Amino acid sequence: MADEHKDIDAVTGTATTGHDWDGIRELNTPLPRWWLWTFYICILWAIGYWVVYPAWPLLKGSTEGITAWHARSAVVEDIAALNVLRGPMVERLTKASLNDIVKDPQLLDFARAQGRPAFADNCAPCHGAGGGGAKGYPNLNDDDWLWGGKLSDIENSIRHGARNGDKEDHEGNMPAFAGVLKPNEISAVADYARSLSGLPAEEGVDLALGKKVFADNCAVCHGENGKGNHELGSANLTDQIWLYGSDKATIVQGIQNGRGGVMPAWNGRLSEPIIKALTVYVYSFGGGEK
Amino acid sequence: MANALAPQKQMTFGEGGLVLTFIALAALCIVIAAKAYTPEYAFHAYLFTAASIAAVFAIINRYYDRPAERAPLTIDGKPNYNMGPVKFATVAAMFWGIAGFTVGLIIALQLAFPALNFDLQWISFGRLRPLHTSAVIFAFGGNVLLATSFYVVQRTSRARLAGDLAPWFVILGYNFFILIAGTGYLLGITQGKEYAEPEWYSDLWLTVVWVTYLLVFLATLWRRTEPHIYVANWFYLAFIVTIAVLHLGNNATVPVSIFSSKSYIVWSGVQDAMVQWWYGHNAVGFFLTAGFLAIMYYFIPKRAERPVYSYRLSIIHFWALIFLYIWAGPHHLHYTALPDWAQTLGMTFSIMLWMPSWGGMINGIMTLSGAWDKLRTDPVLRLMVVSVAFYGMSTFEGPMMSIKIVNSLSHYTDWTIGHVHSGALGWVAYISFGAIYCLVPWLWNRPLYSLKLVNWHFWVSTVGIVLYITAMWVSGILQGLMWRAYTSLGFLEYSFVETVEAMHPFYVIRALGGFLFLCGALIMVWNLWKTVNSAEKAETAGLALAPAE
Repeated sequence: MADEHKDIDAVTGTATTGHDWDGIRELNTPLPRWWLWTFYICILWAIGYWVVYPAWPLLKGSTEGITAWHARSAVVEDIAALNVLRGPMVERLTKASLNDIVKDPQLLDFARAQGRPAFADNCAPCHGAGGGGAKGYPNLNDDDWLWGGKLSDIENSIRHGARNGDKEDHEGNMPAFAGVLKPNEISAVADYARSLSGLPAEEGVDLALGKKVFADNCAVCHGENGKGNHELGSANLTDQIWLYGSDKATIVQGIQNGRGGVMPAWNGRLSEPIIKALTVYVYSFGGGEK
Repeated sequence: MANALAPQKQMTFGEGGLVLTFIALAALCIVIAAKAYTPEYAFHAYLFTAASIAAVFAIINRYYDRPAERAPLTIDGKPNYNMGPVKFATVAAMFWGIAGFTVGLIIALQLAFPALNFDLQWISFGRLRPLHTSAVIFAFGGNVLLATSFYVVQRTSRARLAGDLAPWFVILGYNFFILIAGTGYLLGITQGKEYAEPEWYSDLWLTVVWVTYLLVFLATLWRRTEPHIYVANWFYLAFIVTIAVLHLGNNATVPVSIFSSKSYIVWSGVQDAMVQWWYGHNAVGFFLTAGFLAIMYYFIPKRAERPVYSYRLSIIHFWALIFLYIWAGPHHLHYTALPDWAQTLGMTFSIMLWMPSWGGMINGIMTLSGAWDKLRTDPVLRLMVVSVAFYGMSTFEGPMMSIKIVNSLSHYTDWTIGHVHSGALGWVAYISFGAIYCLVPWLWNRPLYSLKLVNWHFWVSTVGIVLYITAMWVSGILQGLMWRAYTSLGFLEYSFVETVEAMHPFYVIRALGGFLFLCGALIMVWNLWKTVNSAEKAETAGLALAPAE
């Protein structure tokens, strides 16, 4: 081909194809050998791969390849290998009671190792990465528990959650008092609630009225001394730990409209060992009750 | 009136037909707007109405202003090139480029600092992300392809662009599609398919525009006065034809109603995923690779004033590229419900694609043989050659990432984002910048305002690209390793949120890289603005257009 064209490029000494498009010419340089050979090798490699792995579709199924490797069976094998690694400990964890787990350092370590990523993936979005909580989402590090901080209480809360429609979930909620109480009564009882944990009252507020309103309306759940009740999920008002905030406006808002945060039920969504591990992990934050 | 011998001015069939079509479309859209299910869709219907009415007035005005005779195909034996649409698309490309880069910077910052979503649905990451990808790929890249293809096909065929209104319909219609798509994303109209987000009515409109584009391109080739079709035009043609096929296949939807923007795709399950990535990967292959290789094949030899390195290589790598690319899509679906055989084919065809891709790189870089010194003196040529180097790097990285064992680490991580941007910023944007730096002086017949500013553009944005892709490599590999890390007890070492936290510094670096890239593009806009608005005419006759339109 090249011989047909006498038009030689002076710089490279290579013949051009003799065409000219808007001043652009083309050299008739042969294919670079390394390029061609690498191309061939890639094709050969691909053919080799087709021989080894499932590759070409047939009327039914596909060519299996000599290894009959499948992604699905590979995943099954990976999971099986993981189960062999975890297996003995998971078995012990599943059989042990929560109290036994806390007492056995090896088992406790294992449960916490499993609980940590499980907590971060499932619980941290609301309760925070370190379980520190946020407005409306309880802090799990302190010793203030709405529904109880014993191992069995925590497990129950994780399994069934709160106010989510689960049959065994925590149902109690703070009712709305707007319309039930007069505005001045709500204001007074809010100040009284603040005073229970030593916070100062606004000037000119009738704390005596607040105390009376509290005794008539609130004590039934929060207790006469305001210490709350785990059975009902009512907050302890004397400990300076406030789920929604301690400023008066927030408290007034809570009394007027009520409160009732939702926690999902994890029973069935998380496996048994993971629920156990999470229970122990949350318990070990430091605020667990005996 | 003036001259009795002058032929009487008559409205052409095209002008009359288009006027009637647009009147009908305006009427239809008014009805749709009135009965639309959602205000967002009604807004789009009104946009269509307004654009149709504007088109009617524009065509009639043009009719009154134009001479009775159609523009001649040649003047004094030289082709009478039609450069008006090319100029418009060039300006549109720069406009959308700046818009797309800016939105990219915003979403990069949103990833680093989520508060920047401002809790506003219209500017949330989920809506701005498709706005960014569509603006840079289809609006910036698309206008560059329209401009250069209409320029190159005329010059290398020595023929005037076919059609009178048709080229304008293609350019304006395409940009109207972008307007509909972009405002749709902000308003929450999307069919949720990556890189194919516009809903059914935008897709239909684009189909009409694209078929017209194909016809204009083919008809121009048909009237060429060169005996052979230049290689750049093969690539343009492959790009136009394949994009048409991909667009139709991946947008086979059934609208809920003509009064609703919502539609449902006819494919389901893993087949839908496969069609989506057949589309997605070949949008990369034929829009961002074949189309921009066409640009390379014209602008590099032209700027370097050297012959193309190897005609034979161009034939072999062209056919190998377009044959192999179309199979590679399944590598986007490794380790999914896609059957193993399809994953194997996607991966092996990606590997075989490596050398055909590099054929373009060899032809681009080796065309400089005998002109290497120009890299030192001509920053425009340097932009284009570096773009080909980035092309080579990305087309090595791509096949490598398609290997399943590599993909098991890289998939779903920022590594993919880094890979895409080394191709998008390094290759697509740089070759486009190079081509526009050539085109604007040629089209407006002015010397480029400042080569020094091109140099600044080159270095500022190159630092930006390097920051961007290295940050994403590190972050992606880190992310992949953190996801798969197990403790000795057999539990995940890290939770997902910890991996997100670890990305933060790299997201900040990435945003800085994007900022520098945007700065470079702004320098370019300034340079081009000064070029177009200078009083000085270009003296180099060779670079000037034979007859300016």
